[in-house]
Amino acid sequence: MQKRLIMPEQLPQDRIKNFSEVALGYTEDQAVAEAKRCLQCKKAPCMPGCPVDIDIPGFIKLIAERKFSESLDVLKEKNNLPAICGRVCPQETQCEIKCTLKKKGEPVAIGRLERFVADWGRKNKKQRAKGRGQRAEGRPQAAVIGAGPAGLTCAGDLAKTGWKVTIFESLHAPGGVLRYGIPEFRMPRDVLDYEIEYVKNLGVEIKTNIIVGRTVTIKELFSEGYKAVFIGTGAGFPYFLGIPGENYNGVYSANEFLTRANLMKAYKFPEYDTPIKVGEKVAVVGAGNVAMDSARVARRLGAKKVCIIYRRSRSEMPARAEEIHHAEEEGIELDLLTLPIEIIGNDKGWVKQVKCLKMKLGEPDDTGRRRPLPIDGSEYLTDIDTIVIAIGQGPNPLLLSMTPGLKLTKKGNIVADDITGETSLEGVYAGGDIVTGAATVIEAMGVGKRVARAINETSPLIPLQRGN
Amino acid sequence: MYKILDVKQLSKEIKSMKVSAPEIARKAKPGQFIVLRIDETGERIPLTINDFDPKTGSITIIFQEVGKTTGKLGMLKKGDSLIDVAGPLGHPGRVEKIGTVVCIGGGVGAAVIYPEARALKETGNEVLSIIGARSRDMIILEDKMRKISDELFITTDDGSYGRKGVVTDPLKEILTKRKIDLVIAIGPIIMMKFVCLMTKQFNVPTVVNLNPIMVDGTGMCGSCRVTVGNEVKFACVDGPEFDGHLVDFDELTNRNARFLEEEKESCTCKKDS
Ligand SMILES: Cc1cc2nc3c(=O)[nH]c(=O)nc-3n(C[C@H](O)[C@H](O)[C@H](O)COP(=O)(O)OP(=O)(O)OC[C@H]3O[C@@H](n4cnc5c(N)ncnc54)[C@H](O)[C@@H]3O)c2cc1C
Ligand SMILES: Cc1cc2nc3c(=O)[nH]c(=O)nc-3n(C[C@H](O)[C@H](O)[C@H](O)COP(=O)(O)OP(=O)(O)OC[C@H]3O[C@@H](n4cnc5c(N)ncnc54)[C@H](O)[C@@H]3O)c2cc1C
Ligand code: SF4
Ligand code: SF4
Ligand code: FES
Repeated sequence: MQKRLIMPEQLPQDRIKNFSEVALGYTEDQAVAEAKRCLQCKKAPCMPGCPVDIDIPGFIKLIAERKFSESLDVLKEKNNLPAICGRVCPQETQCEIKCTLKKKGEPVAIGRLERFVADWGRKNKKQRAKGRGQRAEGRPQAAVIGAGPAGLTCAGDLAKTGWKVTIFESLHAPGGVLRYGIPEFRMPRDVLDYEIEYVKNLGVEIKTNIIVGRTVTIKELFSEGYKAVFIGTGAGFPYFLGIPGENYNGVYSANEFLTRANLMKAYKFPEYDTPIKVGEKVAVVGAGNVAMDSARVARRLGAKKVCIIYRRSRSEMPARAEEIHHAEEEGIELDLLTLPIEIIGNDKGWVKQVKCLKMKLGEPDDTGRRRPLPIDGSEYLTDIDTIVIAIGQGPNPLLLSMTPGLKLTKKGNIVADDITGETSLEGVYAGGDIVTGAATVIEAMGVGKRVARAINETSPLIPLQRGN
Repeated sequence: MYKILDVKQLSKEIKSMKVSAPEIARKAKPGQFIVLRIDETGERIPLTINDFDPKTGSITIIFQEVGKTTGKLGMLKKGDSLIDVAGPLGHPGRVEKIGTVVCIGGGVGAAVIYPEARALKETGNEVLSIIGARSRDMIILEDKMRKISDELFITTDDGSYGRKGVVTDPLKEILTKRKIDLVIAIGPIIMMKFVCLMTKQFNVPTVVNLNPIMVDGTGMCGSCRVTVGNEVKFACVDGPEFDGHLVDFDELTNRNARFLEEEKESCTCKKDS
């Protein structure tokens, strides 16, 4: 069987000196060749793996026929943001894992093909949104809170079906984690801007600098005439370890570290005004995508040694395999089965060392993963000058605390229906990380779509046009 | 874009600026702040809302030119615009009938305390105010503060105006002479620290307004974390006001020096350009 085509990448020794995209994308010929590997299975087992129901054999067939523009049309039917998904979807555990070819060897590179078509469209200026949902008077108004993937998708789909949609975003730029969290070398900003432009072209208005709960409340949105409100505020509240020394200078939350680097472009300091500081030796605590991104940013900012500290073993690392691979190629070390227990500072209040314990794996815990247990007397000290804490994020309570009657889980996430996104408040829907806790871009988009559909179905106002 | 409606020079390094921001003006309360960005390459910095007018949709900020961003802000004129203004952020100050309140503003802190002092007065409290600065040309808002205070004390480090000394001098006299229900102190960290050490001796509850380095101002980054009563708090959402007797001021001083070298570098660039 023909091998899956490798996507060209920047070499590790080059890319650690820049913030340009690591993966370079297929050429037209490569894409066509890869597309021809698809068996066009009748039942398409890959499709149920995609949370937004893309017609996978459909769009791939058109690539094989070099009908790129038509292929993009197929993608856009279900996915308003294909250039993003093609890059950051965990394809290996979503659509590709279910591909028939996977059983025999390597699955079709569905994500890379999706990315190819979306990039082709951007380069060839195809696929401007058709004016289906232009903002016209008399349309029902919907408010979307948060311009992350959940909010953008829900807004786009509502606009397509005739709603007049406004997104309220607290930061100065839309995109959510795609803007402030995921670095440019994985998610180039021109790609992101282009995808957001598409949503705007559908008729969606994006108002930045509006912190819902502070600048305006949900109650006020309803009294201003909005008929439905979707909350897609993400999981933006950073967790710390709660160990001594975490407030020393040189200790960042991943959110602060990545926001400075990405949203504020501190890697271009002093051209950009926001500073960021990394030392020679950086430790990143955690092993998810956020940790990998932080480590790789630290590397690009000039750190000589970067290590990931994780209390479990390699097979429990939650990051995408590709990200771990990329990180290792860039010289990032993995300190596995290691638990930081104290951060030690110097006399000027800066981080000097981290004290760790070695761990071993015991019985599985309730998540099914083997529980890490400390090994007695295994304490040791490592010299370090910067620490990034990337052990997860929770729901930001700001909006929630200002919205009486909104039912929350014990962890502070919004209680919402899996399918429709309905919350305990009438007309208020929620989805994405604010409901599920930190998850994935495509899951956030999937729920954004489902909620848009549910809003259409339950709304007493019949929108002028119904789409998918 | 947020249009600058007016700029006034209040003292040598301190300016006030009126900005059009109707959504914020409508919701602002004393004690809250905004986060602004001047232009595309700019940093997000927090500034207290000194005044607001829902009718005209404007807010007023007062800032001291201490570095790159405030320096750039100081060069803007009426008619120019700011690219981003977000708010109102933080918990509003405690405005209720308390009794006799001492309001202390050090340096530009006078701008921060003014809206709260005024609101406290309007709520029926007796307001004694102290404003302190390095020298005469750094004293701001004297007239406004006098208008809303039952008594106003002024101190300067060099004695060029008011009485020579620091704000804790008149504070000590007040605390010795009479019963005070609350002290609010806003200014340099070192001033807040010494005010708190003193009020602690007299057992008078004290509120301070902290100014850690912020990025988003919405509880997302943890840059603004401070230790209050052995607990980690995010000043932007849990504050910015806290019980001064519980604040770890030394840690805050240390954390605010995190980017000292970069701030210097930034400022040299400003002079070059
Ligand atoms: C560093 C990092 C790397 C990741 N890598 C991957 C990856 O490779 N693949 C993948 O699939 N997933 C990845 N994820 C997870 C993924 O990004 C999230 O699951 C996804 O972004 C969730 O989307 P969302 O729309 O629910 O929330 P978010 O993307 O968090 O967006 C929420 C938006 O709401 C705004 N907001 C919050 N509160 C308010 C308010 N009160 N008023 C107005 N606006 C508000 C926020 O500013 C933000 O813009 C990563 C996450 C991080 C942090
Ligand atoms: C809630 C709050 C309200 C404030 N209100 C006022 C006010 O009404 N008037 C006023 O003049 N100042 C106020 N400040 C302080 C003001 O934010 C800083 O002076 C300003 O950020 C300095 O930026 P710069 O680039 O000019 O100076 P820089 O050279 O960058 O720094 C000078 C000083 O400002 C501090 N600083 C730097 N960046 C930030 C940042 N992003 N956030 C907070 N502090 C920072 C540094 O610790 C340093 O001590 C307030 C701060 C906070 C947190
Ligand atoms: S959106 Fe994600 S899950 Fe769906 S087909 Fe594309 S890569 Fe696969
Ligand atoms: S399962 Fe694989 S081979 Fe079959 S249609 Fe889907 S992508 Fe093509
Ligand atoms: S400034 Fe980011 S959490 Fe307070």
